[in-house]
Amino acid sequence: MTGITGIVRIKERLIHGVLFLCALASVATTAGIIWVLAAESYLFFQELHLLDFLFGLRWAPLLEPKSFGVLPLVCGTFLVAGGALLVAVPIGLGSGIFLSEYAPSRVRSIVKPILEILAGIPTVVYGYFALMFVTPHIIQPLAPGTDIFNAASAAIVVGIMIIPTIASLCDDAFRAVPQSLREGAYALSATRLEVSTRVVLPSAMSGVIAAVILAFARAIGETMAVTLAAGAMPRLTLNPLVSIQTMTSYIVQVSLGDTPHGTIEYQTIFAVGMLLFLVTLTFNVIAQGVLRRFREAYE
Amino acid sequence: MVIVPETISGRQEAQSPSRMTPPALRLRKPSQPAVTSDSVIRAEGVTIRYADFAAVRDVTIEIPDRQVTAIIGPSGCGKSTFLRAINRMNDFIPSMSISGLLTYRGQDIYGPKSDAVDLRRRIGMVFQKPNPFPKTIFKNVAWGASINGYRGDIHELVERALRRAAIWDEVKDKLNQSAFALSGGQQQRLCIARAIALEPDVLLMDEPCSALDPIATARIEDLIDQLKTHYTVVLVTHNMQQAARVSDLTAFMYMGELIEFDATDKIFTTPSEQRTQDYITGRFG
Repeated sequence: MTGITGIVRIKERLIHGVLFLCALASVATTAGIIWVLAAESYLFFQELHLLDFLFGLRWAPLLEPKSFGVLPLVCGTFLVAGGALLVAVPIGLGSGIFLSEYAPSRVRSIVKPILEILAGIPTVVYGYFALMFVTPHIIQPLAPGTDIFNAASAAIVVGIMIIPTIASLCDDAFRAVPQSLREGAYALSATRLEVSTRVVLPSAMSGVIAAVILAFARAIGETMAVTLAAGAMPRLTLNPLVSIQTMTSYIVQVSLGDTPHGTIEYQTIFAVGMLLFLVTLTFNVIAQGVLRRFREAYE
Repeated sequence: MVIVPETISGRQEAQSPSRMTPPALRLRKPSQPAVTSDSVIRAEGVTIRYADFAAVRDVTIEIPDRQVTAIIGPSGCGKSTFLRAINRMNDFIPSMSISGLLTYRGQDIYGPKSDAVDLRRRIGMVFQKPNPFPKTIFKNVAWGASINGYRGDIHELVERALRRAAIWDEVKDKLNQSAFALSGGQQQRLCIARAIALEPDVLLMDEPCSALDPIATARIEDLIDQLKTHYTVVLVTHNMQQAARVSDLTAFMYMGELIEFDATDKIFTTPSEQRTQDYITGRFG
């Protein structure tokens, strides 16, 4: 008996150890990434003032005269991410309301997985779709003269990409609204639409806001589709019909090029990466905070 | 117990004399008030099923105007299911089906021309747990009127409803505060105000005091007594003392069947059925 118990105990400790290492791996990787970003960014900011980087209006690290003002990249990023929200918020919110308030459980059990398949399509396919379909067949017929690389097509496909995030999180938020509130509204002779838009939606508003913020953070970090669709032309503009460059697609451009290690041009991608990381982290933290407050409201 | 075949649809035969005198009528005793002429809600052989389970079986009852009718019975006896059938709140349960005839002032509640949204405008409801909206006190009361396109003076309407619900003096200085800031008893009276702001004809109350303390309960009971001057009240409760205190008529349900329906005094002093006697003396339930 004692022999078997001993073996079982050793096995338990072994499994415990292996699982701990698995957990440690992801934490260590994150820490390592932050360390590399911080270290290389530190070298970059030895040569360039932080304020010149953050508020400079011209981004031309690879061309003479060199200039390292990141605002054009930030502007391009927010142009695409903001445009994506214009596409994704109405459709995502509508799908969420449909799934939670209108769809019979059978329809819901079919539609929700389909929505999640959207989230599983490789993002490069979306980029290709933007370049080969959205721009030539949708945008250019409507707005002749649009660049083949343009922010609008990127915004549309990134919007489609983040619809599942918004729809699924909104659906969760709506379903967390107590049934008793719906009953109270129905008993006051409300229609289904009035219950959805005037009781459920306002009650779940913080969950909806959190969903939008998380989707926005995803849109900011989106890389492949944007690189393919929006081009590589850093520009401080709000015109969606011209080529721009986002923070992510700049990092792709330099990573693929032959920029030598250790040069300031090479270090720019770590500075931009650090900024990107901090921006998405901020949005994620805000969204988590909003969600936590939302959970407390009904518990 | 049930002799009337459930396959007979009451809807078509509702007016035929044979349907008016089903075997269930033997439950009505001579002392029962003559209410036929001014009954508001009338059920004829109503059976309500959830999938295969009959939660309410062949219930025949006439609920009179401007009176408080209490429905008592042990948990699971079908009293809430019956109550929620009156304003079609069971419609949201996909497996629910109803047979027999249920009318509100002569209109078939489940008839093809009946509209649940219109019906609920006339038949308000107060629930077991207070369920104010996460809005201000004022907006809670004004909500029903605002979605129904009310054109009059909304402030006057809110004040009148809050006064009738006996909560005006407690909230008049904080109408713009969240309804969640009120105590449970106040929230429940706010929900009553919200329901009567629509000027309904009938008020259904589904165990309105079961989540409240004795003092809040006493206030709601006083209020129910006042409400019957304006509204027909149907009250479901598992609290027999409450039924005895506030109601004019009491129906006792058991295992989905209506066992006895009579004047409250009679039910609690000299019930005709042994099972009613057993229940009110605490032998079961």
